[in-house]
Amino acid sequence: MNVHLNDLIFNLNSLKAGRKILFSGTIYTARDAAHKRIINLLDSGNKDKIPFNLTNSAIYYCGPTPTKPGNIVGACGPTTSSRMDVFTPRLLKEGIKVLIGKGDRSKEVENSIKKNNAIYFIVTGGVAALISKSVIKADLIAFEDLGPEAIYRFEVKDMPLIVAIDNLGNNIFVRG
Amino acid sequence: MRNIESKIIIEAIANLCAKANFHLPNDILCALKQSILYEDNVAKDILEEIIENAEIAKTNGLPLCQDTGTANFFVKLGRNVQIEDGNIYDAINEGVSLGYKNNYLRKSIVTDPLNRKNTQNNTPANVYVDSIDGDKIEISFLPKGGGSENASALKMLAPSCGWEGIKRFVLDVVDNARNACPPLIVGIGIGGDFPSVALLAKKTLFREIGSKNNSSFYDNKEKELLEDINKLNIGPMGLRGKTTALAVFIETKPTHIALLPVAVSIQCHSCRRQTITI
Repeated sequence: MNVHLNDLIFNLNSLKAGRKILFSGTIYTARDAAHKRIINLLDSGNKDKIPFNLTNSAIYYCGPTPTKPGNIVGACGPTTSSRMDVFTPRLLKEGIKVLIGKGDRSKEVENSIKKNNAIYFIVTGGVAALISKSVIKADLIAFEDLGPEAIYRFEVKDMPLIVAIDNLGNNIFVRG
Repeated sequence: MRNIESKIIIEAIANLCAKANFHLPNDILCALKQSILYEDNVAKDILEEIIENAEIAKTNGLPLCQDTGTANFFVKLGRNVQIEDGNIYDAINEGVSLGYKNNYLRKSIVTDPLNRKNTQNNTPANVYVDSIDGDKIEISFLPKGGGSENASALKMLAPSCGWEGIKRFVLDVVDNARNACPPLIVGIGIGGDFPSVALLAKKTLFREIGSKNNSSFYDNKEKELLEDINKLNIGPMGLRGKTTALAVFIETKPTHIALLPVAVSIQCHSCRRQTITI
C-alpha cells in the first residue's frame, strides 16, 4: 500500500497496527536535542520560532551521517523512539500527526496518539544505507550547531514503514 | 626496538574507521542468512533488509548504520615498539578525527554528559592498551551505537546466586533490550571486579559467531543461554520471531571470594568490528 502524507489523514482508519506501507511526503528529522529545543520554544511562548509548522507534520527520529559529495543524503536510519517519549504528548497536542522511529513507546504516548488521532510508524533499525535510497531531497533547515541532531527536511518516496501504534491506540509491541 | 611513525598509525586508523563502518563482517552475514531459514513474515522481511543493507553499504561506501558509534579500540602494543613523535592514544584519536571527517561518518560524541556540546570529530575514543611481547601493534576497533550501549547492564551478584542468578540477570537484560536492534549479540563478562567485568564483556564481541569457547563448560553455558534467549520470542526489531540473538559469548576471570560480578554487553545486529596489525 502506498501512502502519501497529504492523504494520510483520510486513510488513518485503514492504517491498522501491523500494516506495512510505502510512505511518501515531507518529514522532519528531530531527535533528543532538537526535541528539547522545540519544547523550550513552546514553553517560552516562541512557537513562531519553531523551524517548521507542527500542524499535521511528520517527525522522524533520526540523526543522519554527513552527506557525501554527489549523494542526496547520508545514512539515515531511525534512532530509539522511547527517548523522545517525555516530549511526544506535547508535540501531538500541538498538531504533529506522524511519528517515525524504532521500538515501543510508553503508555502515555500510546494514549496521546489515540487522543490526538495520530499514528506511529516504525522503520527497521540498522539499515541506514538502505533507507537513504528512499530520500529524494534533503535540506538542513535548523539547529546546525547541533551537528547530527540538527533538523533536516526530507522528501521521501516509498519509505518502507510498519504501523506500530494506530490512531485507535492498538500497538504491535507486546509488553512483558 | 622497532620504530613506527605516528603518521602510519593515524592513516591506518582512519582507514579502519571507514572499513568497519561500511562492511558487515562475514560471520555476522552468514548467521543472518542462516536465521532467515527459520523465520517468516515480518521477521524474515527484516532479516532480508539487513542483508540488503550490508550489500548497499559495501557497494556505495555508505555507513551500515547512521550511528557510527563511540570509537572503541583494544590495542595490543608490542613492548619492542617505539612510536615516533607521539604516543598510541594521540595517534588513535587523530586517526579517528581524520577517518570520521574524510569518510562522512557521524560525529556522535559530546564533551560533557550534562552540557552536551558535540566535539565535532567523534573523539575522544576509548583506547584500552595491553602490553605484549614482540614488535607489532594489533588494533581492534569496535564502533558501537548508542542504542545497544544503553541496553547493556552490570550487576554485582552474591556468589551464592551462581549460574542460575547469572542466567536470570542476562535474560532480564535481554528482555529490556527490545529497542537495541535485535537480533543481538550478547557479550557476557563474569568475574573480576566492577570496572574489569564490563570491559571483559565488551571484549567478547570480537569473537566470531560459530567460534567455540575455550572452556567446554562455558561453551555449553553459551548454548544454553542462546536457546533460552531465543525462546523469549522478541525477534528481529522486537516484532517477534525465533531470532532474538545470533550468539552468546562468555568470558570469565578470577574474582574475589565475596564477589560475583556480571556484565552484559548488548550488541545490535550491526556488529561492526575490524582488527589490523601494524
